[in-house]
Amino acid sequence: MKEQLEAIQAEALEKVEQAKNPKELQEIRVTYLGKKGSLTKVLKGMGKLSKEERPVVGQIANVVRDAIAKALDDKSEMLEQIALEKQLESEAIDVTLPGRPVNVGGPHLLTSIVEEIEDLFIGMGYEVREGPEVETDYYNFEALNLPKNHPARDMQDTFYITNELLMRTHTSPVQARTMQEYKGEKPFKMICPGKVYRRDTDDATHSHQFTQIEGLYVDKNVRMSDLKGTLDKFAKKMFGEEREIRLRPSFFPFTEPSVEMDISCKVCQGAGCSVCKGTGWIEILGGGMVHPKVLSMAGYNPEVYSGFAFGMGPERIAMLKYGVNDIRGFYLNDKRFLKQYHKA
Amino acid sequence: MLVSYNWLKNYVDLEDMTPEELAEKITKSGIEVESVEYFAEKSDHVVVGYVASCEQHPNADKLNLCQVDVGDETLQIICGAPNIAQGQKVAVAKPGAKLPGNMKIKRVKLRGVESNGMICSLQELGMDEKYIPTDIAEGIFVFPEDAPVGDSVVPLLNLDDAILELDILANRADAMSMLGVAYEVAAILDKEVQFPDESLPVSDESAEDYISVEVEAADLNPYYGAFVIKDVEIKSSPLWMRNYLMAAGVRPINNVVDITNYVLMEYGQPLHAFDYDRFSSDKIVVRRADPGETMITLDNQERKLNEERLVITNGKEATALAGVMGGANTEVNNETKNVLLEAAYFNGGSIRKTVKATGLRSESSTRFEKGVDPNRVKKAGMRASHLLQKYANGTVLSGVAEFDELDKSEKIIVVNTEDINKRLGTDIATKEVASILSRLQFPYTQNKDTFTIQVPTRRGDITIFEDMLEEVARIYGYDKLPFTLPEGSNQAGGLTERQLLKRKIKQLMQSIGLSETLTYSLTNGGDIKRLISPEIVEQHPTPVALAMPMSEEHKYLRLSILPEMLRTLSYNIARNQSNLAYYEMGSVFISDEKEITKQPKEQLRLSGALTGKWLEQPWQQEKKEVDFYLVKGMVEKLFHYLEIPVRFEQARVKDMHPGRTAIVNIGAQKVGFIGQLHPGLAKELDLKETYVFDLNLEAIYGAYENILSFQDIPKYPSVARDIAFILDKEVLAGEVKQVIEEVGAPLVKHVQIFDVYQGENVPEGKKSIAYSLLYQDPNKTLKDNEVEESYEKIVEAVNSKFNAYVRS
Ligand SMILES: [Zn+2]
Repeated sequence: MKEQLEAIQAEALEKVEQAKNPKELQEIRVTYLGKKGSLTKVLKGMGKLSKEERPVVGQIANVVRDAIAKALDDKSEMLEQIALEKQLESEAIDVTLPGRPVNVGGPHLLTSIVEEIEDLFIGMGYEVREGPEVETDYYNFEALNLPKNHPARDMQDTFYITNELLMRTHTSPVQARTMQEYKGEKPFKMICPGKVYRRDTDDATHSHQFTQIEGLYVDKNVRMSDLKGTLDKFAKKMFGEEREIRLRPSFFPFTEPSVEMDISCKVCQGAGCSVCKGTGWIEILGGGMVHPKVLSMAGYNPEVYSGFAFGMGPERIAMLKYGVNDIRGFYLNDKRFLKQYHKA
Repeated sequence: MLVSYNWLKNYVDLEDMTPEELAEKITKSGIEVESVEYFAEKSDHVVVGYVASCEQHPNADKLNLCQVDVGDETLQIICGAPNIAQGQKVAVAKPGAKLPGNMKIKRVKLRGVESNGMICSLQELGMDEKYIPTDIAEGIFVFPEDAPVGDSVVPLLNLDDAILELDILANRADAMSMLGVAYEVAAILDKEVQFPDESLPVSDESAEDYISVEVEAADLNPYYGAFVIKDVEIKSSPLWMRNYLMAAGVRPINNVVDITNYVLMEYGQPLHAFDYDRFSSDKIVVRRADPGETMITLDNQERKLNEERLVITNGKEATALAGVMGGANTEVNNETKNVLLEAAYFNGGSIRKTVKATGLRSESSTRFEKGVDPNRVKKAGMRASHLLQKYANGTVLSGVAEFDELDKSEKIIVVNTEDINKRLGTDIATKEVASILSRLQFPYTQNKDTFTIQVPTRRGDITIFEDMLEEVARIYGYDKLPFTLPEGSNQAGGLTERQLLKRKIKQLMQSIGLSETLTYSLTNGGDIKRLISPEIVEQHPTPVALAMPMSEEHKYLRLSILPEMLRTLSYNIARNQSNLAYYEMGSVFISDEKEITKQPKEQLRLSGALTGKWLEQPWQQEKKEVDFYLVKGMVEKLFHYLEIPVRFEQARVKDMHPGRTAIVNIGAQKVGFIGQLHPGLAKELDLKETYVFDLNLEAIYGAYENILSFQDIPKYPSVARDIAFILDKEVLAGEVKQVIEEVGAPLVKHVQIFDVYQGENVPEGKKSIAYSLLYQDPNKTLKDNEVEESYEKIVEAVNSKFNAYVRS
């Protein structure tokens, strides 16, 4: 019987070897391993064997069955592999043709700049506050130490709606509102970004609508050197670690002392060029120590509290940082302009 | 303010500092020098020459042949100027001279006769036409008789001067004069100030014999001084004075006018000279004008006056609009013999009103508006009198006729070193504070580290400790302040939930293919009425208008972002960029008042506008124009992202396509609209098929916060069931969905349309719509029979309501 089994194995393996497709393999499987298959038939004759022979032959039969099954599986896998390769070959495409376009939009350059500045100050512990674009004369001017008929009101030509209502000329009213909300008790750091309006004729450097970000820090014992350190940190993060800053005395009714901040010109490294009008410095923002009248009007005792404030124009920063040379460009929304700065 | 470097040298020792170095120092200490410009380009080899003879050129009618003595030689020069004459002293460019504009002077022959140089006009020497006095604007310049022959004309004509343009901010009115700038520069450089000569000889007669002063409006005019200068000789002012005036941007006229202008520039105090005889009164009365009163000003304009205008009168009629402009009837002219000189202090606010009403802004009115030094008013009058005596040969009468209720007292401010250092973050020594005060020329008394400072009235801007703090800091140097960071309470910074959500929505808009625009909030009369969302229209808002717009284009506060966005689309299409997909977030301004008295409600909205192709891949012949369902998909994406259930309801909206527009609802609340722009309006704007959406972001925020607070993560499994109805073609898919949601509540959590089909196997005039339903019970696992029961109810409701049946 052992010989018989070995012959079956040899025959079956031979057939597997020659099989060309899964169907033939299935037939081979039925022929040899099926319920009526030749191997089964041989095993049925085992009853005639002696008690001693039976396990020996049984073992051989198992070996034979496993060998055939394995050969069938291997061959089947091989055939599948070949079929798959064939199929994939037929699916080949021209990978050098252009891909299908995917539409992705992007932020406006000013949004990118504003968010960058917001994040920078958030990192220094500032909260972000917003307020109305139509303001009262009180919050836009009076609460900021600009009483009616103050000469400095000429500095800001204002779009009035009524005698008492106007388009805010800066985001400082948000500062006044925040101070009032905190009732003269709480120290705080805030920045307020937003749209502002001035009665200007639109040209390359003026826009009747533009963006502003102002900041305010009120606490006990705020020093002018804190303002200088904060602005320095801001300038270096925004414009590069190698930039130097310079503070110059200036005038704003809501701060005293007041400062104007310049950064060293990147183009000429301070030597003087057309970008910096030969001075080596570029004006970036204004600020100062909060005027005691502004503090007291909002309920903060200037004997106890002091603070600093600053304000800047994202358009100007964008113009310097990205070389935009006409402020109107921000509001025309030319597709090419917008796209150019989507990664800004 | 234009500051002549050469003029300034009369008051402060500038050593060898260049104008640029000086400008840098002034800027760093607080007054920005905007520019340094040279009065004229450099000329050399140009000297004063004496015209010894002047005859007609033998071969040319219009040319003269002159023999000109230039000191070391006599040059034969041909000159074409009509005003050349024998005996004149003129500016001669000798052969080899270089004139502005790179003009080189050579020996030449003109019509056969040799010419060895050129006689120059001021223009040829590089002076700006607009400052040259009109009487000498034509032809060559003639020097006064005492000009030294052979000397270079450069210093004589101040051609080497540099002009510093100072940007004077509202607080530094004191720097609007040469003396004020001198004080500033002296403090910066630690130098002394040289004062001008105000001395006057004693006269037999006194001013009060000729004039008296009466002020009826002391609030507007607390000081009025009248000087009388008799027997003046009207002529040109001295060359040096004319040079300085031109350098300061003032055109010289005659000695009397020039002297008042010169003192205006020198002291910062406006003066006015009347012709005493034409004033024809011995009494000056200053009063508010009467309603309806008129006067003719120097510029020959008749001015209508009212009680807000302050006028100088001769007791009968107005002779000057106080501080702003004199009257034509009392103007100094060539026949003037006796001068009545006004030195007064007018209230800045009153002057500002007059300037605003008349548009007459001048060097004088600007200084009154910003405030002049109370202690320099009378001195300026004395200085001008001194100069009139010297350069107009006048006799200055003793004293001054005056009205004086002016507060000339000085502010006292006490500071101590510790307070200064505490506020600045510095470590300045008491000795240094004292030195800074001395440099500023602020008188003080010192007690250990405390200073009691008497602030000079010229510095009217310094009234409190903080003002002194700035003075100390700027003279000490802002450069020397240390860099520190706040040491106080450390709050954690951050964005609010809404601010974060705003950023997330912006990112979502960008990730679905929309680019952000930023348009103007102010719009025109046509656009203010367009594309307003129905829920805003229902509020009948009053458009908010500016009182004084710059243009009709930007007059109203927008009620919709879309009109300006469409303008953006048109702008791009005109530049061959036709595939556009934009969004914008911004406020609209809603007022429910008929007459605006309070702030309008500012509502944050999210708008979008799309036109052209959305998808294009030519080699696969794939092309997809933007359409309603693309825009709707985007809006749905937003609401899915926020997990806010939303309902679209077919509607008619003004300016929109009547059949392709939907109102967006959250529950029963309208929150905006989407759809196709009305083709008529699109055509008007040169747009092709355009789709828009406009949503009330604040309502969406509100709904989002509401949902957040009620939503739990479901604990029990959900069951999905699909159902397809055969419906009449006209039935709206969304209405059926609404019925399913209503009948299926509360177990049906979500309904989605997944197939719409017409054609084979569906009867004519019918369509099939398939819905996918999601069942869920937040409190327990659903039982099959519950789902079945609900399903049956939905089928029954839809069938009966829409004449539908379930497709098998
Ligand atoms: Zn530069």
